[in-house]
Amino acid sequence: MADRAATGLEVRLSQAGPIALQVELDCAAGEVLALVGPSGSGKSTVLRCIAGVIRAKSGRIAVGGEAWFDSDAGLSLPPRHRSAGFVFQNYALFPHMSAQANVEAAMGHVAPGDRAPRARALLDRVNLKGLESRRPAELSGGQQQRVAVARALARDPRVLLLDEPFSAVDRSTRQILYRELAILRRDLAMPVVLVTHDLDEAAMLADRMCILHRGRTLQAAAPHDLMLRPASSLVARLVDVKNIFRGKVLAHDEAAGTTLLEGLGQRLEALFDGRFAAGTEVQWAVPGSHVILHRRDRPSRGERENPVRGVIADFLPLGENASVVIRVDGPGEHLRVTFPLHVARRNGLEAGAEVVVSLLRDGIHLMPD
Amino acid sequence: MDWTALTLSIELAAWTMAVLLPVGIALGRLLAWRQFAWKPLAEGVLALPLVLPPTVLGFYLLVSLGAASAVGQWYQSAFGRPLVFSFEGLLVASVVFNLPFAIQPMQRAFESIPRDVRDAAACCGLTPWQALVRIELPLAWPGILSGMVMTFAHTLGEFGVVLMVGGSIPGETRTVAIAIYDSVQSFDNAAAGVMSAVLLGLSLVAMALVYATSARRTRRRG
Repeated sequence: MADRAATGLEVRLSQAGPIALQVELDCAAGEVLALVGPSGSGKSTVLRCIAGVIRAKSGRIAVGGEAWFDSDAGLSLPPRHRSAGFVFQNYALFPHMSAQANVEAAMGHVAPGDRAPRARALLDRVNLKGLESRRPAELSGGQQQRVAVARALARDPRVLLLDEPFSAVDRSTRQILYRELAILRRDLAMPVVLVTHDLDEAAMLADRMCILHRGRTLQAAAPHDLMLRPASSLVARLVDVKNIFRGKVLAHDEAAGTTLLEGLGQRLEALFDGRFAAGTEVQWAVPGSHVILHRRDRPSRGERENPVRGVIADFLPLGENASVVIRVDGPGEHLRVTFPLHVARRNGLEAGAEVVVSLLRDGIHLMPD
Repeated sequence: MDWTALTLSIELAAWTMAVLLPVGIALGRLLAWRQFAWKPLAEGVLALPLVLPPTVLGFYLLVSLGAASAVGQWYQSAFGRPLVFSFEGLLVASVVFNLPFAIQPMQRAFESIPRDVRDAAACCGLTPWQALVRIELPLAWPGILSGMVMTFAHTLGEFGVVLMVGGSIPGETRTVAIAIYDSVQSFDNAAAGVMSAVLLGLSLVAMALVYATSARRTRRRG
């Protein structure tokens, strides 16, 4: 964490209202941190606090160790002294200016003679060569987003802040822009904070994800870790983990690396987790990726791990996948899994069919009750 | 045709615009973007000239600018002449009764600039002054122009307040609207007709200009 602070962004904010905030996050130089949460969770507010266009009641914001905001010291730099590049959700381009002039508007720190060539180079970098003289109204949504990115970078910012930058464009444009951002970020040496409510987007573009809920940061981790090892059932629900159940720790076998668990009315083996003593009530989750279907024609890897029997309560083809709800024998709880449609078809999955699945030990994750 | 009165009216309108341009921008911007407890009251006070009978407004102005008032006494001691029944007194009255005509279109224009665009200006490193000159004024100019044109046209046509505060001193406070009234009083309908036609023409051009700029703005946004 120390080297993060030396070059990166540190944010600590707290206030009771008008929008309650209890935020703690860090973003290293060159890192993309996705700030993820449902709408109304305060994501944009946090970004605006970093940029300085709104001011939290208390806390500290520092970049590379230099404070931009420190309520204890009575310090709050105005936005123009913060050197943050901001891409707004609807881009907030200056409608009366050309793309070139929009980018040049953020170059107050550059010698006047150098502004035009640098703005052209930036627009070229975001693939807008030839469109420099167009006004925002004459550009498509994707092109406007690129102008906004170029304008944000024109400031030579020490932090890049992206507020839902992909939400205002159609799906195919979004895919292109994802690629462009992924390429662009290779050369960016500053911390990048990306606000989004789209988990897939966060998982695709970010090095780490920070979950925000009702203004409170709950957990920050690499996207894969966060989805597999949520700190609480609340985080698990927010990252869309479908299968969350109650259970009880039965015993530990540290040597074998396992913890025995009672769940779904049977004994299950989970990865060793010494945080919970035997007898503790817990919640546990298993992601769909760790639920393996027992094939009728030939047995496969992992079939011996935690076999669970049930009946298919709902079978819904969704494009190339099938969403399957399995009512587990005994307690009647439901497991939700997505299988590729061809796998489902080959195995004769349909509503009412009996199935056996394995819950892979590595995927079972325990959380405090 | 009383050319002196027409010139005086145009001078008065020009001075009123000169005073209300910065005042309107400052107040319009403040009312558009700031929330404060007594904002409805402030907006109500500024809109009063729209609904008060001109004689009522004129009466209060006469009382508050007259020789017995603090403002009147201060003016008398500073400049050696009374404020009421002078061009300067008329200008003060004109500024007051034109406040809503200047401020309201400007306020609407500033309200139409999205918050994000203003924040973007700050995030681009612009100082508040640079943001005003380079972003806000260019975006708000149709509203500012409307406010100025309305002020101009309204000043040319105002009668009641001018008569109450200025009287009808040729070359000092006798505006074209007063001159028309005086002409009719002295049965000079020909002069009244010419001056009325001039006022009608000027007002029509002014209103056409207001609608032309707002149509242009709608097209650009649409």
